Amino acid sequence: MVEITLPKNSKVHQGKVWPKPEGATNLREYKVYRWSPDDGDNPRVDTYYVDMDDCGPMVLDGLIWIKNKIDPTLTFRRSCREGICGSCAMNIDGTNTLACTKGADEISAAVKIYPLPHMPVVKDLVPDLSIPYAQLSSIEPWLQTVTPEPAKEWQQSHEDRAKLDGLYECILCFCCQTSCPSYWWNGERYLGPAVLLQAYRWLIDSRDEKTGERLDNLEDPFRLYRCHTIMNCTQACPKGLNPAKAIANIKKMMVERRV
Amino acid sequence: MSDMRTPLNRVRGLGSAKEGTEHFWRQRLTAISNLPLVIFFIGFVVLYNGASYEEVRGALANPFVALVIALTLISILYHMRIGMQVIIEDYVHGEGAKIALLVLNTFFPIILGVSALYALIKIALGG
Repeated sequence: MVEITLPKNSKVHQGKVWPKPEGATNLREYKVYRWSPDDGDNPRVDTYYVDMDDCGPMVLDGLIWIKNKIDPTLTFRRSCREGICGSCAMNIDGTNTLACTKGADEISAAVKIYPLPHMPVVKDLVPDLSIPYAQLSSIEPWLQTVTPEPAKEWQQSHEDRAKLDGLYECILCFCCQTSCPSYWWNGERYLGPAVLLQAYRWLIDSRDEKTGERLDNLEDPFRLYRCHTIMNCTQACPKGLNPAKAIANIKKMMVERRV
Repeated sequence: MSDMRTPLNRVRGLGSAKEGTEHFWRQRLTAISNLPLVIFFIGFVVLYNGASYEEVRGALANPFVALVIALTLISILYHMRIGMQVIIEDYVHGEGAKIALLVLNTFFPIILGVSALYALIKIALGG
């Protein structure tokens, strides 16, 4: 059955309240999920106070400030700090988003930060994403053709190229994937919004010649049809993309090829 | 506890079932047919609210009413069965419990539908 409550060893306890930085006047409270595989302790939520006069405006700036100035053990992924690498995806103020593009001033009261929901945690804010990555590779996200490769490039009309807009921009941060309740309940069998958006990106590509095989591979009560149009994916996407619509379009293609 | 299978092995699993579209399509079809049928049914219930047993029986014996009510039963029960199937698949993960519930979920609407249709035919044919 679906687990409504957390198992005993995953219950989140109140953690440490770290001292306020001395002499700071513009403080911001950060409540951050902490868990380490090295001790046997339950996860906890630590409270930090960030000096906003000494720190950039984004939530990621706050986390880096905490790591540098208060607690070097705080663990999280980050890289580009401008919303293009997808590393710093986490649950901030109740929504999955990128810490680097979410302003601390967009949040009222304390900034609450948890790892992406319903994924195994490696440490603190770092989730284990090996299942979604494997799902991505299972849809073979690359151009597949039967026609011998042309001397120059595969050609595509402007109209067909435009069909990839709203799809190619996906940075695979998995904010949508881990916001989907259907993915929480059937994460190994349902491909999830991020992977299905990628699948659609290749289905709709006019140069790809494996459209039928791709549809065959998706036609499954779990892989595709676990999507119940909950729309959390579209709401969460920090890049403003619409995975729910991509999935609806795949379902439309499924019907189209049989009627 | 430790699962030594690769992530790709877990994700590829038993492969694609190559079905699901028919289920999806029928759910939409019955949703469309439910709309006018249920409106008719609610109208019927409201109209005959408080009417005597003989009056309701008489109305149900009307071939048009009996036919529409019969279609309503079939459409709703079918929609209910395939909808409930999705809910069971979503939330029940034990293979044994899932199969048992899916079997019950098939039997229940059939028993319900056959008894209701039997009653309706009896009334319609004045048995």
